[in-house]
Amino acid sequence: MIRLEARPEPSRTFKWASPLIAVTATVAIGFALFPAMGKNPFDAFHAFFVKPLDSLYGVGELLLKASPLMMIATGLAAGYRANVWNIGAEGQLTLGAIAGGGVALALHGVDSPLVLPLMMAAGVAGGVAWAAIPAWLRTRFNANEILTSLMLVYVATLTLSLLVHDAWRDPEGFNFPQSKLFSESAILPNMLEATRLHWGFLLALAVVAAGWVFMQMSYVGYQMRVAGLAPAAAHYAGISAPRTVWLGMLIGGGCAGLAGVGEIAGPIGQLQPSVSPGYGFAAIIVAFVGRLHPVGIVFASLLMSLLYLGGESAQLNLALPSAVTGLFQGTLLFFLLAADVFIHYRLRGAKRVTRAAVAASDPARKMSGV
Amino acid sequence: MPRMNRRIALATIAAGALATAVALPAAAQTKAGEPLKIGFVYVSPIGDAGWTFQHDTGRKEMEAALGAKVTTKYIESVPEGADAERVIRELAQSGHQLVFTTSFGYMNPTIKVAATFPKTHFEHATGYKSAKNVGIYNARFYEGRYLAGIVAGRMTKTNVAGYVAAFPIPEVVMGINAFARGMRSVNPKAEVKVVWVNSWFDPGKERQAADTLISQGADVVTHHTDSTAAVQAAEAKKVYAVGYHSDMSKYGPNAQLTAVTHQWGDFYTKAAQSAVEGKWKPGNVWGGIKEGMIKLAAFNKVVPQDVQDQTRKVEADIRAGRFHPFTGPVKDNTGKERIAAGKTIDDVTLNKMDYYVEGVQGKLPSSK
Repeated sequence: MIRLEARPEPSRTFKWASPLIAVTATVAIGFALFPAMGKNPFDAFHAFFVKPLDSLYGVGELLLKASPLMMIATGLAAGYRANVWNIGAEGQLTLGAIAGGGVALALHGVDSPLVLPLMMAAGVAGGVAWAAIPAWLRTRFNANEILTSLMLVYVATLTLSLLVHDAWRDPEGFNFPQSKLFSESAILPNMLEATRLHWGFLLALAVVAAGWVFMQMSYVGYQMRVAGLAPAAAHYAGISAPRTVWLGMLIGGGCAGLAGVGEIAGPIGQLQPSVSPGYGFAAIIVAFVGRLHPVGIVFASLLMSLLYLGGESAQLNLALPSAVTGLFQGTLLFFLLAADVFIHYRLRGAKRVTRAAVAASDPARKMSGV
Repeated sequence: MPRMNRRIALATIAAGALATAVALPAAAQTKAGEPLKIGFVYVSPIGDAGWTFQHDTGRKEMEAALGAKVTTKYIESVPEGADAERVIRELAQSGHQLVFTTSFGYMNPTIKVAATFPKTHFEHATGYKSAKNVGIYNARFYEGRYLAGIVAGRMTKTNVAGYVAAFPIPEVVMGINAFARGMRSVNPKAEVKVVWVNSWFDPGKERQAADTLISQGADVVTHHTDSTAAVQAAEAKKVYAVGYHSDMSKYGPNAQLTAVTHQWGDFYTKAAQSAVEGKWKPGNVWGGIKEGMIKLAAFNKVVPQDVQDQTRKVEADIRAGRFHPFTGPVKDNTGKERIAAGKTIDDVTLNKMDYYVEGVQGKLPSSK
């Protein structure tokens, strides 16, 4: 029987080795999967990881898609490190888009450099407000924020749907569910000629940098990390648990709301029933693949973005069905997350398991939160 | 300083790569004799039945008809939103000279991409914006709905039909209304109940909606959503169903009375043929039974011959232009007259339809 045993401290070797294990395992799966579909695996890897980036436009798309992911994941990571499990970033993004889009529509035709900052402020406020609901329910009634934040995603997307079907519907749009196209002043300026990359990318980098400073350098960030690692010690040290919950939720909500504005003021340019292909959920994976660290999150969001583009490219260049590209994407992410287990655990071929050994290892497992 | 040199070398390579990349869009022209490259963008997986399946069937029919003159590529499950623009653009950039974008939400992205690729031809389904190189096409689904309504009106015992609908946009609303008018033309007591699922493709929700409608007394269910869930629900509960998009009889061999099917093959073949000949022009195609874009699937054997004959007769009248499902008097379900007696609705008004006709229960989600 093989079992996992907690390491006394995280393994430095496996911190570096685990991505390699994941990549090796994924490549192995690829070599089984693609030939089974009648495709040359080398062509498939090329289509997935090289083809999307072989033009300036492709690089622009990579950064464009990575921007909302890194913004949201940075915000979520702040909460996750404090053991605050905000699963509803997709809803907070949607509320950000509603609030920012509302400003854009209210100021339609107004040509002022203040429109965009106002939209962003509204977007952050929208995301924060939406995240405040689960934070309040958690601190007031001890309601599980995983459930409440997730449920509010549906409320948010249906609210957006209601608005674009009704009050904010484009009067010239033949009753189709979408708003007017935003004025020029409500669109983020392009950053790189011949691509769709806009200044939202720099904003995303700024958010990541701010997230790093907050979590690593600030006293409040330190308190949140302590609250996540050792709740009892944090309590004893006088760190307020409700404040940790509030901060963890609101930071995540604000970042997601800003990302929502980045989408509608960026590539979409209007409100429509769906403003995100699931960035709020994908960012949860990004946060963990990036090991909840800002630098890791930047790389993880680029990888995630590349996987999206690679999936399209594999469909286009190899005629692989979307189910297969999705399966391959999932495999890579699964291995990346699974291989990280070896940082904190090691495999043991246990011959005899004594009661004492079980008792000794179990609490450790609980403490590390896996 | 070797380090410096290496950096300069890298920068030069990068600049070269950028120059090639920027130069690419201009080079998207095929030479004479080469097959025309045609791209398709699908909103959902192709699957075995449904909206995208019918478009893909059309694509295959076109390939069969034109043989070596064309090659096609498709991308499925492309979300309506920021991603669509990239996919459409990639198709244009990689030399596809005719691109079909098969969902309403691709409208603005198609228009945007078309502006940067003036030599590429685009055809967008179910939208209303066109351009010098963007044509639009759609089918008169409502004609088939009216016919299916006749069958449902004759077959129902409870006089209640259930309708699982996606979004309250005119295309869906006119289908519901045509179905209700078809039912009531043969059964004045017939009522239609509608459940909105706010999704084009969500088998779980569609199934639930169909079950709800059946438990509220509907003994014929139909759907304006992409999966086969409603037909399967009817089969399981031993009531009747009218399939949509595709013939779904294999999912409801006892339940499906008939199905309103979409036939895009002829249109795709014609559009591709004219592009091959260099004669493509942006059009505004809205074809129905007459053009062969809408067809009723074979009747179930439980449908009596006289019901089949009655339906076929109306079908022939529509084909010949003798009959229009929205010929007045048409009242909405609050009793207000919407189309005067003897008048027929025009296409512009039809495309803005935002009320339920008599016989449909409830209130449209977006009506004020």
